[in-house]
Amino acid sequence: MTEWLNVILQGVLIGGLYAMFAAGLSLIFGVMRLVNIAHGDLIVLAAYVALMVTQTLGIDPLTSLLLVTPTMAIIGYALQRGLLNRTLGDDLLPPLLVTFGLSIIIQNGLLELFTADSRKLQAGAIEIQTFQVIEGVWVGLLPLIQFLVAVAVIAALQVLFYRTALGRAFRATSDDQPVAQLMGLDTRHVFGMAMALSLAIVAIAGVFLAVRANFDPAIGSARLIFGFEAVIIGGLGSMWGTLAGGVILGVSQAIGAQIDPGWQLLAGHLAFLVILAVRPQGLFPKVSG
Amino acid sequence: MSRIEHATRSSRIGVILIAVALVVLAFAPYWGDRQTLRLLAEVFTFVALASLWNLLAGYAGLVSVGQQAFVGLGGYLLFALAMLLDVHPIAAIFIAGPLGALVAIPVAALIFRLRGAYFAIGTWVVAEVFRLLASQISVLGGGSGISLPAAVVIAMAPSRQMREFEIYWLALALTVIVLAAIVALLRSRHGLALTALRDNEAAAQSCGIDVTRIKFLVYVLTAFGTAMIGALIFLQKLRISPDTAFSVNDWTAFVIFITVIGGIGRVEGPIIGTIIFFVMRQALADLGSMYLLIMGAVAIVVMLWAPKGLWGLIAERFGWQALPLQRRLVPATKLNETERKP
Amino acid sequence: MPEALLDVRAIDAYYGDFQALFGVSLRVNVGEVVAVIGANGAGKSTLLKTIVGLMSPRRGDILFDGAPVGAAPAFEVVGRGIALVPEGRRLFPSLTVEENLKIGGQSRRPGPWTLARVYDLFPVLAERRHLPSTSLSGGQQQMTAIGRALMSNPRLLLCDEISLGLAPIVVRDIYARLPAIVAEGLSLIIVEQDIAQALHASNQVYCLQEGRIALQGAARELTRERISAAYFGV
Repeated sequence: MTEWLNVILQGVLIGGLYAMFAAGLSLIFGVMRLVNIAHGDLIVLAAYVALMVTQTLGIDPLTSLLLVTPTMAIIGYALQRGLLNRTLGDDLLPPLLVTFGLSIIIQNGLLELFTADSRKLQAGAIEIQTFQVIEGVWVGLLPLIQFLVAVAVIAALQVLFYRTALGRAFRATSDDQPVAQLMGLDTRHVFGMAMALSLAIVAIAGVFLAVRANFDPAIGSARLIFGFEAVIIGGLGSMWGTLAGGVILGVSQAIGAQIDPGWQLLAGHLAFLVILAVRPQGLFPKVSG
Repeated sequence: MSRIEHATRSSRIGVILIAVALVVLAFAPYWGDRQTLRLLAEVFTFVALASLWNLLAGYAGLVSVGQQAFVGLGGYLLFALAMLLDVHPIAAIFIAGPLGALVAIPVAALIFRLRGAYFAIGTWVVAEVFRLLASQISVLGGGSGISLPAAVVIAMAPSRQMREFEIYWLALALTVIVLAAIVALLRSRHGLALTALRDNEAAAQSCGIDVTRIKFLVYVLTAFGTAMIGALIFLQKLRISPDTAFSVNDWTAFVIFITVIGGIGRVEGPIIGTIIFFVMRQALADLGSMYLLIMGAVAIVVMLWAPKGLWGLIAERFGWQALPLQRRLVPATKLNETERKP
Repeated sequence: MPEALLDVRAIDAYYGDFQALFGVSLRVNVGEVVAVIGANGAGKSTLLKTIVGLMSPRRGDILFDGAPVGAAPAFEVVGRGIALVPEGRRLFPSLTVEENLKIGGQSRRPGPWTLARVYDLFPVLAERRHLPSTSLSGGQQQMTAIGRALMSNPRLLLCDEISLGLAPIVVRDIYARLPAIVAEGLSLIIVEQDIAQALHASNQVYCLQEGRIALQGAARELTRERISAAYFGV
């Protein structure tokens, strides 16, 4: 019994990480209908940026977020203004193919710079600290921090979207681009800000990913898929739904892995396919009106 | 009375050139060495894969980044049929096609619930599921893969040379069949609907074209062809593993690159694109991952600044078409009297 | 002749290869209400979109307060003091009434119009400020769209088909508030299908026909016969 409780708890906590993968993806889809195929590779890029920062400055990974987050945000803004804004329009192909090309470039660029060797960020003592929740059920400090950060990120996004001028601009631009321009909004800048925010979240996700497990340049696409699955399970356009989607994915994987290590990923994909079959709008779709 | 004509002067020249090229290629075993035959057979399979992807993405607007699902499925079907059911490998290729189409039906029913770009990632998830399932099949080598047993290989043809000729001709024939099927489809009633779909989906829908049905049809047909080519590819390789069979780089990234560079939404595009791809590959192969990086960058540049690809530029500049696909109205005066009478 | 607030000089505008405007010229003086009338497809909305920067004229100049605005994108034109109430209102459905108004004030131009002033002008909106904009009636949506445009404190307000899809009594109610807007020193261009309403509300009238100015003059001097002749091209 406690064995399964432990498994489910681990799944819930890793679900926070998946929700962070998903939040950035969902944000830019919501604002500009762009599905960023390079999203997973950008997460891995953030992990390597954190690796360089921690090695050069000798600081711990969580502190490095103070540098990695703005760096990724700037990369995101530049990427959007310099490249991705050109792809937006009625045609679906250009954004898809350009971000697909970008994914290949990032992956092979990292391979060229850092080789295919596995790396990991060392967070020191907090990595191994655990405490007992109830008799026989243990929680690691780091996974707990990661989950709480994920909840904070989602809550902050919620506030930003519904309580700030920037969030208002995001929603207005998403509704009607030409009229948003009539309000004095430079939509190219609004899109740049959305991508900056997306990559700021990517930075946080990337650092936690890199502290949690080994990473190498090739693991990005799986992260894209996890994020995507969490978005669809949760329902497009709902931030808290995204968190729920991440948790469901995480728990499914944990249960699959418990049954047979080979079924970890498969169980996650199957959960996604089942949701798609029985409830294609996701569990928590955005309520309109 | 007027009538519809497909051919133009350039397409008549094109068809003659293609016929000559086919004859030359059919006799390649008599003039080429082993290396050349292998390279050509690989070129053919990429022409076929890219043409199928072009039909899917360029015409039907179904941008899939998961066609490796059907390449790998075809490969595994070949191994399963040949090893477990003693089917002759060449027969297995032709069985892999319909089986691939059969699998595509429930897959399409599921992922067609996803719109646009999310459809793309959905296809990728399906490919991942296939890969993970394949690694669970221990009789076919599980995660580490398996080689085609010598007995099966020898059953194809007694000598190695004869086998290589067989595979070469098979690759040529299958590719010609795939291309011919695509051209026939595009010249059919459905083809007109597909071209309308490519040019403007909303308008096509309002003209009474059942967009979902035709997309479904194209998806299943593409899976048919892709699974057959997949089986052929792994008959060439004689070895299969989940990672090679369901590789997103080999069977999707390269294929997208080829189609985009050559010209998406045009039948000639993938052929031109494949030639460019192989020239680049031969020239840049020593660069390793740098070569993939350059490829990604070239694809982005082409997508942004020449979205119709190389063939699109040529076709626009000179009005060429290599294959008789366009419909032109021929005025009655041009028609021969006898043609009009029953 | 006094310096015009807006001086449109012989502009041509295109949708791709299709020419929508042919050498259209138009002047708006400070404090003036100009009506642009014409049949469907005459180019009225195109003219407004070109003035506000959603489209660029291929030939000709647009001067606002003596400075050219022809090539400036829409978001800059707003900052200079031109606001558009688009055809069909086009409120942001994801935003509440008040958020729609606030986003109108995004450009932060100084001036008399604030949330409070807009609510004074349209008290019904104050009651519904926190409702989603999609829950409003057509007339209330039109008021929100006008209020949203006013929030940018424009010097020139362009109104595209205010009466579209609204009951006559609602149209009269909205038109009755335009003088209060003009009294704050704004100039107006109103595009209307409802000729009587347009003549009543304006000082100057331009009639567009197939992308060309077919008739122009002071509102009180134009007769119904001359207008319908220009309107239908007979």
